[in-house]
Amino acid sequence: MAILVYTESEQGKFKKIAFELASYARAIADENNTTVTAVCFNAESPMELQNYGVNKVLNISNQDLKSFNAMSYSQCVFEAAENEKSNIIVISSSADSKYLAPLLAVKHNAGYISNACELPTSYSPLTVKRTAFTNKAFEITKVNTENALISLAKNSYSINEVKTDASLVDFSVNVSQNDTKVKSIDKATDKVTIADADTVVSAGRGLKGPENWGMIEELAEVLGAATACSKPVSDLGWRPHGEHVGQTGKPVASNLYIAIGISGAIQHLAGINSSKVKVVINTDPEAPFFKAADYGVVGDAFEVVPELINKLKTFKAQN
Amino acid sequence: MKIIVCISHVPDTTSKINFSDGDTKFERNGVQFVINPNDEFGLTRAMWFKEKQGATVDVINVGLSDTESTLRKALAIGADKAIRIDMSPENGFNVAKQLANYIKKENYDLVIAGRESIDYNGGMVPGMIAGLNNANFINNCISLEIDGTNVTASREIDGGKETIESCIPLVIGAQKGLVEESDLRIPNMRGIMMARKKQLEVIPAIDASNQTNSIEFEKPKPKGEVTLVSSDNLDELINLLHNEAKVI
Repeated sequence: MAILVYTESEQGKFKKIAFELASYARAIADENNTTVTAVCFNAESPMELQNYGVNKVLNISNQDLKSFNAMSYSQCVFEAAENEKSNIIVISSSADSKYLAPLLAVKHNAGYISNACELPTSYSPLTVKRTAFTNKAFEITKVNTENALISLAKNSYSINEVKTDASLVDFSVNVSQNDTKVKSIDKATDKVTIADADTVVSAGRGLKGPENWGMIEELAEVLGAATACSKPVSDLGWRPHGEHVGQTGKPVASNLYIAIGISGAIQHLAGINSSKVKVVINTDPEAPFFKAADYGVVGDAFEVVPELINKLKTFKAQN
Repeated sequence: MKIIVCISHVPDTTSKINFSDGDTKFERNGVQFVINPNDEFGLTRAMWFKEKQGATVDVINVGLSDTESTLRKALAIGADKAIRIDMSPENGFNVAKQLANYIKKENYDLVIAGRESIDYNGGMVPGMIAGLNNANFINNCISLEIDGTNVTASREIDGGKETIESCIPLVIGAQKGLVEESDLRIPNMRGIMMARKKQLEVIPAIDASNQTNSIEFEKPKPKGEVTLVSSDNLDELINLLHNEAKVI
């Protein structure tokens, strides 16, 4: 039995979450006196994983699998699990991983725990803490089946460098045909995504109009951050839906979340609650966001943000 | 085209979440329940297929009799028929098996379910229905067109979207974007009256086990006080973020 981890890559390069997940899987393996096998697709340097405690790497080199396909990928990860006799599979919470997870759980007849936020607290039965009610609560869940699939919530486990001497296997899978094909991908490659960002700069109706987003984008650029927005802003069409964060939008679990001109409705706060440090900038000292934030500035965004940009530029130049 | 929309009965987004019985049960008292928002986006798109392409739209829920108010609301919005599988839902996998069994028997072309429910956030039911019934599956679906058996859809991905071609039978995980917030429908009096006459069929659950179970719930620890920084002393904010919080 080995713990199996699906390590995601983009254009052949591992994502940061791949190393977080490998570290998480390593910790589970240590507690169970077993090994970690990683499965990856078309990775350029699969052996990078041996810096994060992986003992064996199954790399699937297949040009037909260059772009993600949930049906094909779930079949491959399932066959890897069968091959390794893995009863615990660990995956990330990316859009792709959450797409393949339920398909994989059905194939593997695995109890599926999504949004896990810690290492398991017990292994008999397997018991894991996860977030529920859009971060308004945690749920302690036990798995009744022999097999389990755990999807780790973003920013829940730190990368831990552990050198191993891993073996590399060129793993080939006879992928079944399916009727679902990706025709085109429309993705800004020069911008950091909300899912991957360490810092997210978010703005709300306090900005008064879409023409005022220049300073938000500039602040995000200085911080290497992704931009996001509140629900009313996306409903008004000021910003694309993909930027809407909150209960019915995207969840945010960044290290730093800066909310500008967002009052802090309960649905918004639920969606961003997993972020580690929250900063609010708002003219209204009574805005509910001040109760949820770590740091706050009461002031006019149109004065505070440009000044903050200047000061951050100076700070970045010195550090 | 036969469409079925899976409806989850969930606490309203403004609800305060509390637990009872030694933090083992979600406290339903005083909570307003609504159609899961992701399901409602899907139901609204289904209404478009009904009105423009003559599709039939059924709605289904796994739950006890208290969820019927939510099914009636879906009927008032315009669904043709409602089905309730009589079971207290405790695990998404089990719920998916209940739904998949009925869907397979009744041969639906298109199954719409929210990408996740806003209560337990499992995010598994649509994909598991597809996996169990060997149907095509598109998650995080933000646009959907169907022409005969051909499907063109888009999926939201991290940082963008992709365009997908597929065919029916299909399951989608619905979310905002599939329709606009302003497209959502509030049932009118005529709809509510008609909903009373529509069929709401109650069927028994099939024998299936729970793959996982909740043991206990916890609430996040209360937050400390916010540290306020004066707007004319932003150097202090940068100092705190750098030296205290260590995030820049």
